[in-house]
Formats: sequence, C-alpha cells, structure tokens
Amino acid sequence: MTAEMQISLEVNGERVDAQVLPRLNLADFLREHLALTGTHVGCEHGVCGACTVRVNGEIVRSCLMLAVQTHGASIETIEGLSDSGEISDLQAAFRDRNALQCGFCTPGMLMTAQDLLKRCATPDREHIREYLSGNYCRCTGYQAIIDAVEMTARQRLAAKP
Amino acid sequence: MKASAFAYARATDVVNALELLATHGDKAKLLSGGQSLMPAMNLRLISPELVVDISEIAELQGIAVDGRVLAVGALTRHVDLLRSPDIAAHAPLLAEAVAHVAHPAIRNRGTIGGSLAHADPAAELPACMLALNATIIVRGPGGERRIAARDFFTGIYGTALTPQELLVSVEVPLAPKNSAHFFREFARRHGDYAIVGLAAQATVEAGAFADLRLAFFAVGDRPVLAKAATMLVGVEVTPALLSKALTALGEELDPQDDQQASAAMRRHLAKALLARGVSALLDRTDLGLGVPG
Repeated sequence: MTAEMQISLEVNGERVDAQVLPRLNLADFLREHLALTGTHVGCEHGVCGACTVRVNGEIVRSCLMLAVQTHGASIETIEGLSDSGEISDLQAAFRDRNALQCGFCTPGMLMTAQDLLKRCATPDREHIREYLSGNYCRCTGYQAIIDAVEMTARQRLAAKP
Repeated sequence: MKASAFAYARATDVVNALELLATHGDKAKLLSGGQSLMPAMNLRLISPELVVDISEIAELQGIAVDGRVLAVGALTRHVDLLRSPDIAAHAPLLAEAVAHVAHPAIRNRGTIGGSLAHADPAAELPACMLALNATIIVRGPGGERRIAARDFFTGIYGTALTPQELLVSVEVPLAPKNSAHFFREFARRHGDYAIVGLAAQATVEAGAFADLRLAFFAVGDRPVLAKAATMLVGVEVTPALLSKALTALGEELDPQDDQQASAAMRRHLAKALLARGVSALLDRTDLGLGVPG
C-alpha cells in the first residue's frame, strides 16, 4: 500500500491528474510535480506559514496536508491569485510600502492577508497583526507588511460604490 | 524534513476505521486534521506504517444540541467551533478558547477530536473539556465507552484511548443560566502554545460562586482542575480569602521548568490568572489587582 496512488484535482482552475506516493505533502507536490514554486517550503512543520495555499477556498498549510488528501479538491496557489489579478492591489501595496525584502515569506503573507481582507473589510492594525501571527518574516520587522495590508483595506473600501 | 514512507488508507466509515485499527494496532495512526500528526511525522518523531485517514467520515462531523448537552463530532474543525451559533450560545468558553488555538490556516484543518486525542498538556481544548465537565465518547472493538474529561488525560500526549479505539465525539453540558466563563493564556506570540493558561467555567448566584471549575494548562503533564476552587464556592470572596486560595493553588500545582519559563514563573503566572479570573467572573474590580510573589 506504499505504492503510488491516483489523484484528480483542480489547481488554479485547471484539471490535474497525477500519481503520488502517500508520503508526498501538498507543498512538494505543487513545487516538484507541477513546478508551482511560488509556494515556499520553510519549516515543514506548520510554524512559518510560507507554504500557505487555498484548499476549497480556505487557507491551509500545504506542508501539513498530504497530496493524496487533495483528491477531488480545488487548490489555489499564489500563481493563481497573482495571474487572476485578484490581489494585484495588495501586491502593489507590498511594493509601495517595502513590505518585502528577500521575498521568501511573501507568497504566504499575501495568501493570508487576502483571506483576512475577504472576511473583514475594515481590520485594525491589531487584527491584522493577529491574523498574520502564523506567518514568519525574518526581514521586515512586520510593520511594513501591516502598513501594506491596512492600506489595501482602505483603498478597497474607498473604491466601493 | 519529510515524513518517512507509509501506507495510506481512507476510511469510509467508523466501522471501517475500527477494522483497520484492529488489524494494525499501534503501527497505524489516525489522521483527522493532521495539524499535530503531520508535524510529528515530518520531524520523524513518529513513523507509522499505516496512516488511516478519517477526515472524510460524515458520521464524525457536526455540532448538535441534544437534550441538555451539546454533541460535538470529533471531526469538528476549530474554525467550525469559532463560527457555530450553538457553540456561542451554549459553550461560549469553547468559542473564546478556540480563537487562541494556533492560526487561521491551522484552525481551518485542525479538529477537536485530534486535539483531544493528541493531548498536548499546553493545548487549550483539553483544559476546556475539564472546565466544562465534558464527556468524551470513544468507540472500539468492544463498543462505546463514555469517559469523563477528568479521567481522559493521563500524561504528556497520554489519554485513556487504546490503540484500537477512535474518539468519536464529545458531549458538553449546556451552559446554565447565571453561568460565566473566563479564558486567558500567556504566550510568546498570539497562537503559540501557552506558557500558562486558564479555562474557567462558573455559576454565579447573588455575587457568589455556586460552582467554579478552574482548568489550568501548561502547568504539568496534563490539564489540571484546581482544587483551590472549592475554597471560593458558596462564600463571599474577600481579598483575604482570595489570597488564601492563591497560596493553595501555588502549593497544589507542580509545573515544569523548560526553555519558555521556570516552574516558579509558571506558578506566579497561574496565580495571576486565578486572581484575574475570579475578579472577572464575579465582576469585582477590587479583586485580582495584585499577586504577591
């Protein structure tokens, strides 16, 4: 039973069929089988948040989910969110506010920040800080990231008719 | 690191999961949300031969009010507890505590059954089960067992579950009228495991405790229901009495030293939580202001 298993899923809107070993986690599946290397692998035990992706619309740690568990699921990665334009304003805010330096944590930060902004249009800084508490950044000191998320929230609110 | 190789079976229902456990025993591990099991496997702290995925079993899901209890299926995710109107209405302590469990991406996968079966002594939900006087329901080859929360946790990552058993649900008594709850924890970062925490459930009548259950966590090898609570029930709580209860708590607890905190610091923090908890539960600002070292 340690043999490869057949899975069918949707990744960024495209149907994917693959053969995977049970031990393969979702992060490695995305990176090594599908070449979607925007999903970063940091700690591999759920602490750093760099591997955050969406599964059926909800953010999860892709290092803590097996690829075989995604059979029938819909996955969205940072490539999907970026290509669709869903987070183009958030990405621009990250650039404008110097919210990234080395960029390693950025895909996970963007996934988590967008999840917050979808659920809450007017988060205060404390709420943003709390929501992002599961995403480590080793460069920025976080203030600039919180600035960028706060700025995007304000811009989206102002843009609403 | 990556998990070592294992075989994988997706259990179709509880009977199927129990058959797999009966065959493979302690060589198998149950996978529900995976938020504790997967890190342990990735770190190679454990290397099961077989992973039995129970995460799709429908009969283990859902929250329902059933007579005088809330029945919570083992696969109820932390995020479901946070969003459930039934939990908010009938077990608000649980809703408040869950906000402190890890981070949004982890709460989207982690389950109550997984957290209780994992039995981390610093985890929030096991302590809540003690404070709420919950019953934990498990099923095995010999049928169903109902285990009081105070008898379920037996040590670090230790529970009354045998390798052939599966935790199926928990029953939480509905919070009665006049009930009050308090949850607070000290942690380095929001969502981290607590350095010390307190989950408390009380019944308050005419300004006094008719019932008080204080479940401390991260102060020993399992969550602890403080005996010092009994001193505060059925009497007027004065600053002098609270002070005696704090001393009793300090003598009763036997916390560990580790890289996060010394035993003495944990004892001090536990006392601070007791004072703040009593003050909040009785809505008395004259209590809970200072804790003698």
